[in-house]
Amino acid sequence: MSFISYLINGISLGSVYAIIALGYTMVYGIAKMLNFAHGDVIMIGAYVVMTAIAGAGLSPLLAVLLAIIFCTILGVVIESVAYRPLLNAASSLAVLITAIGVSYLLQNLALLIFGANTKSFSSVVPAPALVLAGGNLTISGETMVTIASCIVIMVGLTLFIKKSKAGQAMLAVSEDKGAAQLMGVNVNGTIALTFAIGSALAAVAGVLLCSAYPSLTPYTGAMPGIKAFVAAVFGGIGSIPGALIGGILLGVIEIFGKAYISSQMADAIVFGVLIIVLIVKPTGILGKNIQEKV
Amino acid sequence: MKKMSKTTKNNMVTYLMVIVIFIVVQLLVSTGNVSSLLQGLLVPLCAYIILAVSLNLTVGILGELSLGHAGFMCVGAFTSAFFSKCMVETIPVTGLRYFLALLIGAAAAGICGILIGIPVLRLKGDYLAIVTLAFGEIIKNIVNVLFIGRDENGFHFSTKDSLSLGLEDGGKVIVNGPQGITGTPKDSTFVIGVILILITLFIVLNLMHSRSGRAIMAIRDNRIAAESVGINITKYKLMAFSISAALAGVAGVIYAHNLATLTAQPKNFGYNMSIMILVFVVLGGIGNMRGSILAAIILTLLPELLRALSDYRMLIYAVVLIVMMLFNWSPKAIEWREKYSAKFRRKKNNSAKEAA
Amino acid sequence: MALLEVNNLGISFGGLRAVNEFHLKIEKGCLYGLIGPNGAGKTTVFNLLTGVYKPSEGVIRLDGENIVGKKTIDINKAGVARTFQNIRLFKDLSVLDNVKVGLHNHYKYSTLEGIFRLPKYHKMEKAMDEKALELLSVFDLDKEASTLAANLPYGKQRKLEITRALATEPKLLLLDEPAAGMNPNETKELMETIRFVRDEFHMTILLIEHDMKLVSGICEELTVLNFGEALAEGKTSDVLNNPEVIKAYLGE
Repeated sequence: MSFISYLINGISLGSVYAIIALGYTMVYGIAKMLNFAHGDVIMIGAYVVMTAIAGAGLSPLLAVLLAIIFCTILGVVIESVAYRPLLNAASSLAVLITAIGVSYLLQNLALLIFGANTKSFSSVVPAPALVLAGGNLTISGETMVTIASCIVIMVGLTLFIKKSKAGQAMLAVSEDKGAAQLMGVNVNGTIALTFAIGSALAAVAGVLLCSAYPSLTPYTGAMPGIKAFVAAVFGGIGSIPGALIGGILLGVIEIFGKAYISSQMADAIVFGVLIIVLIVKPTGILGKNIQEKV
Repeated sequence: MKKMSKTTKNNMVTYLMVIVIFIVVQLLVSTGNVSSLLQGLLVPLCAYIILAVSLNLTVGILGELSLGHAGFMCVGAFTSAFFSKCMVETIPVTGLRYFLALLIGAAAAGICGILIGIPVLRLKGDYLAIVTLAFGEIIKNIVNVLFIGRDENGFHFSTKDSLSLGLEDGGKVIVNGPQGITGTPKDSTFVIGVILILITLFIVLNLMHSRSGRAIMAIRDNRIAAESVGINITKYKLMAFSISAALAGVAGVIYAHNLATLTAQPKNFGYNMSIMILVFVVLGGIGNMRGSILAAIILTLLPELLRALSDYRMLIYAVVLIVMMLFNWSPKAIEWREKYSAKFRRKKNNSAKEAA
Repeated sequence: MALLEVNNLGISFGGLRAVNEFHLKIEKGCLYGLIGPNGAGKTTVFNLLTGVYKPSEGVIRLDGENIVGKKTIDINKAGVARTFQNIRLFKDLSVLDNVKVGLHNHYKYSTLEGIFRLPKYHKMEKAMDEKALELLSVFDLDKEASTLAANLPYGKQRKLEITRALATEPKLLLLDEPAAGMNPNETKELMETIRFVRDEFHMTILLIEHDMKLVSGICEELTVLNFGEALAEGKTSDVLNNPEVIKAYLGE
């Protein structure tokens, strides 16, 4: 039974990674940049929920909504102030370093406002745990909500991109910015929308992550952010199903590694698998292999 | 021939800059104008400068993004600290021991660079970046579960804890997992650090302006064209990457021999460190060694100089970083700067004409 | 024996047959043209000759030696150098350094000799500088030796690419649309340069070109490629008057 329980925990953790990885992958696909500050938006989202519930006495649902709105605005502001001026910079590293600066900024803002102490985050999930197999297998409410959210988000996002005009514009911009612009697509608007969606998802991921692992510091977002980025690369960066597969696999590998091999080596195992996958398939599991034309 | 002397002159300016900064700092220290806190930063600063120059070899000259440089530093630090701790009694001469430690740290990191480089250097761009990041994290992780002890029967290894080493009475734990290595001789000094900076610069600058360096830069500019004129891509990529790793190992040796206790934490050997070094490189100018040195100095001292602002200092650091990046790299800002400087120059010319 | 002899060369990308049963025979010292409509597979032939692609079947003999399956750098060492349709210079290196990269395999010293500036470094660098400047002066580029390659005007970039290829001391020089983007005057000048290179360096040259004036002006023999197959070959004037060739070019 413990195997199944680990598997479910892995899928749950992986679902969080997948939701974060979506933000990375969409932004990468469209702006061709690694948004290093994405993980810190998760942390901000969690702090907003915590403050809204404990400080303003809002209901959990309203608090989550507030966090989503807050992070969406934050994402759009970051994009327009810090990233957009560098979109056409001579080196693609410039915007990466700026993103690192934004990451430091968000962490230190949180440090100033909320302090360095670990805050305990009370779960926002009202669902009770599910007890199966005569008490041998317990699935917590958080786990179920996390997995369900991941499925809903994946389906919703896929439909949005396939069916809506804005989604098609996103595809067009990620394929060829210049051509999209000539066809009348509002490129800057599309990029802003991508950041908005990615940041809204980050808020959701923050709430889910902190509900499952209820401790919150200004650095909470950093490591899951990096892991989710690894997940995005793992699945093939730029690909939405890739983010899902990469996220889930990463979560499962991490939990199994912790359980069966060594809890201290879990991160090394995760990164080791990544390296092997990339050596075998250099653009990730679902990534497109683009060869340079001679 | 004229061009030769130009690059030589340019290199001389860089060496001279380091020496002048060194003399100024020494003067400030001897006249008591440097707080003990800042003095404590001098040796690590030397390590950071070497790291920045060596990473610039990978990023600026080879043109590949590495986010795992701290991992090579970690290898250099731990192998050399391990060596020095074991050899404190065997080799009592500090200079010789330190020299050997340097060679061992650099060699170990360089070999790691080759071992990692062989499989991953065929990856491109962001994929290479993420794999190097992964390697850096793995190295840090491995060091944290490594236990090595020594007794009269020789060395004992474990990845569990110090007890499972099964040491005899009188045996000593040398590497103690997350507690790292304690009691490395503190042999690094500011003078040694500066000498090593100069040696690093000598190696990197001379490499850049040699046959191999040209081949490396040709690969950076156009891999397919380089191949078509008979340049061995793998060989030169690997060469640049492993020299860069070995120099990062040297930085690790300096760093390790300045600490009473050496531990591998996210702060010093994790990806955060790699990213900090990358910030030096990009801010100072990709491919510009002098810029890397200046950026490393400014960004290392900035938080200390902002100490009066206490809680706000890291916030200001972040804002300064973002603003500097926007100012240095945004096409609009560059355009504005050029327009402004052109105007300024015209004014100067006009007034010069009027004066004449 | 012909310098280059290609027999039954073929390659497929997925289901697409890009080059099929292609054959080519170029005598030493010949100026040979490869022409054909867009998408006929001309550049693919170059990529096969230089080892960028591995052929599905066929034999490529250079001076009698089969070079199929060799790596690009070994084919270059064996004596094939090329230029590219979309210019590929080392844009952040100086003009001089671009040529010195071409000399890489002919003036050797080790990395350590380079770092420690040992006597061999100075000797070799001096020899390379001289050789590179000599080559550059042939193309009237010696005054721009210290300019960054990216800052050269277009026509000179094309010339620099040829200089760099020649620096590798090839037996066979492949030029991929050398006159693309040039005005008639520049093209005329280029024709003279190409002829000069052939005479001065005793070079064998195979070139891809769309400019018929250039082709009929300097090429002694031609092969016309259409849909990956050789449609016609032989003396330039004969080939250009071949009704099948005219049909392929102008349609019916």
